[in-house]
Amino acid sequence: MSTVSESIFTPATAERFDKLVTIYPVPRSALVPMLLYAQDDLGYVSDAAVAEIAHRLNLLELDVRNVLSYYSMLRTKPAGKFNIQVCTNISCMIVGGYDILSHCQKRLGIGHKGVTADGEFSLEEVECIGACCWAPAMQVNYDFHDNLTVEKVDSILDDYAAGRGQDVK
Amino acid sequence: MPDVTFTVDGQTLTAPAGTLLIDACKASGIQIPAFCYYPGLSLQAACRMCVVRIEKAPKLQTACTTPVAEGMVVYSETPEIAQARKSTLELLLGNHPLDCPVCDAGGQCELQDMTFKYGAASSFYAEPKNHREEQKWSPTVYFDRPRCILCYRCIRMCGEGMDVYALGIQNRGSSAVIAPNIPATQSEDGLAHLDCEECGMCIDVCPVGALTSDTYRYKTRPWEMNHVATVCTHCGDGCKTTLGVRATTDGSEIVRGDNRDKSGINGDFLCNKGRYGFDFANREDRITEPMLKQPDGTFKTVTWDEALLFTGTRLKDIRDTRGGKTIGVIGGNRLTNEEAYLLQKFARSVLGTNNIDHHRTADFVTLAAALRDHRDRFASQHDNETAKAILLIGGDPTNQAPLTAWNLRTNVRLNRAKLYVANHAHIKLHRQAKSFLEIAPYGYGAIAAYLSGDDGAASSAATDIEKLAHFRDALKAEPELLILVGSELRAGDLRALIAYGLTLPNTKFALIGDYVNAHGAADMGLLPDLLPGYAPVVADHDYTAEYGEHFPTEPGLNLLQIFDAAQTGDLAALYIVNANPVARFSIDPATLANTFIVIHEMFLTETARLADVIFPAANLYEKSGSVVNSYGDLQLVKKAADRAGVRTDLELLVRVADRMGAEIRKLVPFGKRASTGLRADLGQTRGVQSGEADRHAVWLTANNLEPKLSPFDPFAVLDEIQRLVPGYDLLRLQLLSGNDQHLAPQAPADLIQIDETRRDLVLPADDTLFTSGTLGRYSPKLVELQLKYAHEPVGIPAD
Repeated sequence: MSTVSESIFTPATAERFDKLVTIYPVPRSALVPMLLYAQDDLGYVSDAAVAEIAHRLNLLELDVRNVLSYYSMLRTKPAGKFNIQVCTNISCMIVGGYDILSHCQKRLGIGHKGVTADGEFSLEEVECIGACCWAPAMQVNYDFHDNLTVEKVDSILDDYAAGRGQDVK
Repeated sequence: MPDVTFTVDGQTLTAPAGTLLIDACKASGIQIPAFCYYPGLSLQAACRMCVVRIEKAPKLQTACTTPVAEGMVVYSETPEIAQARKSTLELLLGNHPLDCPVCDAGGQCELQDMTFKYGAASSFYAEPKNHREEQKWSPTVYFDRPRCILCYRCIRMCGEGMDVYALGIQNRGSSAVIAPNIPATQSEDGLAHLDCEECGMCIDVCPVGALTSDTYRYKTRPWEMNHVATVCTHCGDGCKTTLGVRATTDGSEIVRGDNRDKSGINGDFLCNKGRYGFDFANREDRITEPMLKQPDGTFKTVTWDEALLFTGTRLKDIRDTRGGKTIGVIGGNRLTNEEAYLLQKFARSVLGTNNIDHHRTADFVTLAAALRDHRDRFASQHDNETAKAILLIGGDPTNQAPLTAWNLRTNVRLNRAKLYVANHAHIKLHRQAKSFLEIAPYGYGAIAAYLSGDDGAASSAATDIEKLAHFRDALKAEPELLILVGSELRAGDLRALIAYGLTLPNTKFALIGDYVNAHGAADMGLLPDLLPGYAPVVADHDYTAEYGEHFPTEPGLNLLQIFDAAQTGDLAALYIVNANPVARFSIDPATLANTFIVIHEMFLTETARLADVIFPAANLYEKSGSVVNSYGDLQLVKKAADRAGVRTDLELLVRVADRMGAEIRKLVPFGKRASTGLRADLGQTRGVQSGEADRHAVWLTANNLEPKLSPFDPFAVLDEIQRLVPGYDLLRLQLLSGNDQHLAPQAPADLIQIDETRRDLVLPADDTLFTSGTLGRYSPKLVELQLKYAHEPVGIPAD
């Protein structure tokens, strides 16, 4: 597999992709990690990203789309700078996950899968994020926030809005 | 593999180890329902309809993925299984619209059948159904999402079967949906579309009405049509297409073409031309009345009597005053064998000319001559399905002969056949090839020479000489080889290739021609120098005694010479049947200004416009007879549609001959009494050798056949073909059952002598998936597809 001459990804990601296709017995196995890294790189998986990944793995774009559409954590539209994922699965739901979600909706003025006008925040209602012991919990980008209360959510969002939050990738 | 014995519903069955339970049961008459299982495609186990109880297995097992095992005890139909299938159906029907009364599949729907069988009429599902509008994916394919039961058949058929991979599955769970390869975000109109070969196989395999064809959609119901299985008129593969016909005020129209019972030579396959390319027959602008050209150049419709009398009188006059040599005859590639035979007999015995030709799409004459002593070396289409190794040299079956390509792909996929491709272009079949050799431009002659052992030809045969040597060595190592030859190789080159092939063990040969009966046209002697069965005009043959006083002894003019003669004023008349040489060979209309032209045609083609008489002709879907595909497989053509006013070429020839004063019983053997007034007596009283006995009647009696009662009966002509044409030793029952049978020409010994200097005059048809000569231009659907794919398809990788 040759290195793509004009990659749409950052040099680091492109380099990572060059390696990824070599480490599996079948190049196609690199598809899901590639999609994830592409999303981290671009904020979402664009048509151009689909095309480049298909090219890198010698797949049809249709094959890439088939996989891409299967996973709910892969996006084909841009999210906000801080993507807030509120868990409403059973553990979180019992201790007020929906209160957290509706508070976020009210405060940000957006619904599920919405993005604020300034592009700072986006909101998603998600299934279990594996933080049941500290429910209710939410995830901002890759950063976990648990044992939430409405007040705690406010201060977390304030921190992010003021640029004090971590932007973990 | 060794056989295993197992029990199903108390019956002891035996099947080879490795057989899937569902197939083993089917072979023994036990039907296990399945939506997702399709023979020959990969296994999916998506629908859960084929569940059976296998003893010692904890749960119900899917019969479509379970290989039979020794001692296995299976129950295929118990209350438990019925309940499981009923529940499965209930889930499948959860979001199914149940619009059976308007659905195309209603009446032939597998889901409908199963729902009836298992009585899954009531449902616990009370939520509103999730409706989606139907989508037009391409000029031929519509998708109705709620009807889809996600069996994945279309996806596998498109990918594995067609090697197109235009369909995929997106999202998951209850949102999962079949998706075409051009997403809505990337199409001009913001809707999802297909970029594919438009073969319609996805529609064919869809067990419900989720995928429907633009041609047939909402037109009629399956039980309101008559279904006639006949042979597709387009390429040379000879697929069986089942035409659904419906009565109209002026005959009967074709509503649908499909592969209904899959009983033909094509098995599961049918391409877009067989499926949708029938619409020329229904066109309003067909010629339905005889027309005579007026002095001012316009056409006037006249009565049949007037047209026939005028034509007969003029032709007779020309023959008697200027001689048969001034008459030319050009036949078509879509005539039945009977019509092609009768046309040349009409030319030779009534018009008195050997100036007969047709548009040759492959050099069948050279093939017949080169394999004269090897009649077992003519390959059948069926050999593509089973051959262990195939050399495809020249040609592009994917475009020119889609069934051949399908068979090759399937053979490679299922039987691991080894495909060797040698071509100047990167044809799509190279993806299945074990070895692909790129031939240098114009290098086909050189490659034939190189394979035969002339190492000096290597540099002009291929660019990669090292690969060339490996290629030759690999072929040499094959214990058996099927050699398919494109129209690039002919005459001397083809002879060299066949001579080389004959040095290898167990080789078989076939040429890839075009059009339904191009092979038949050559077999039936639509050639200036060869009679039916490739008997040279100048040699000894039985036809002298049969064809009467006008039969000329000298070879005639070929197609190009006919038009040369027209230029010099030596062509008084030209009789054209279902051909358009003026467009195909770019003839200047002025050439034919002083020639009396008679044509049988459906449309005002370039050639028909120059004619003095136009007879409205029926097409292949409106007549009966037999045709022979490129491989020599003979099949029955059945009359499906009808159009008031048109007549078959067979009938027209008989009627014109009649008006010329010819004795029709000598042209077409019919009636209980022969022209001599004698009944068949097998020669006991008069002696069959004396020449006085009625040879035809004797032959009929000897073969247990009845005399035919009408001069318009194609089988009367078929009797004569079978009696006179060497190699046409066909089996009637096989023919009438709608099966194909492989015929190998039996060329006489003296054919070889002509070969060395003979020009082959092959003009490759170069048809693609969406073209079909002149006829293709009159098919609205083919034209629509052609326009859509005028650019290079983007969804299919170019390599």
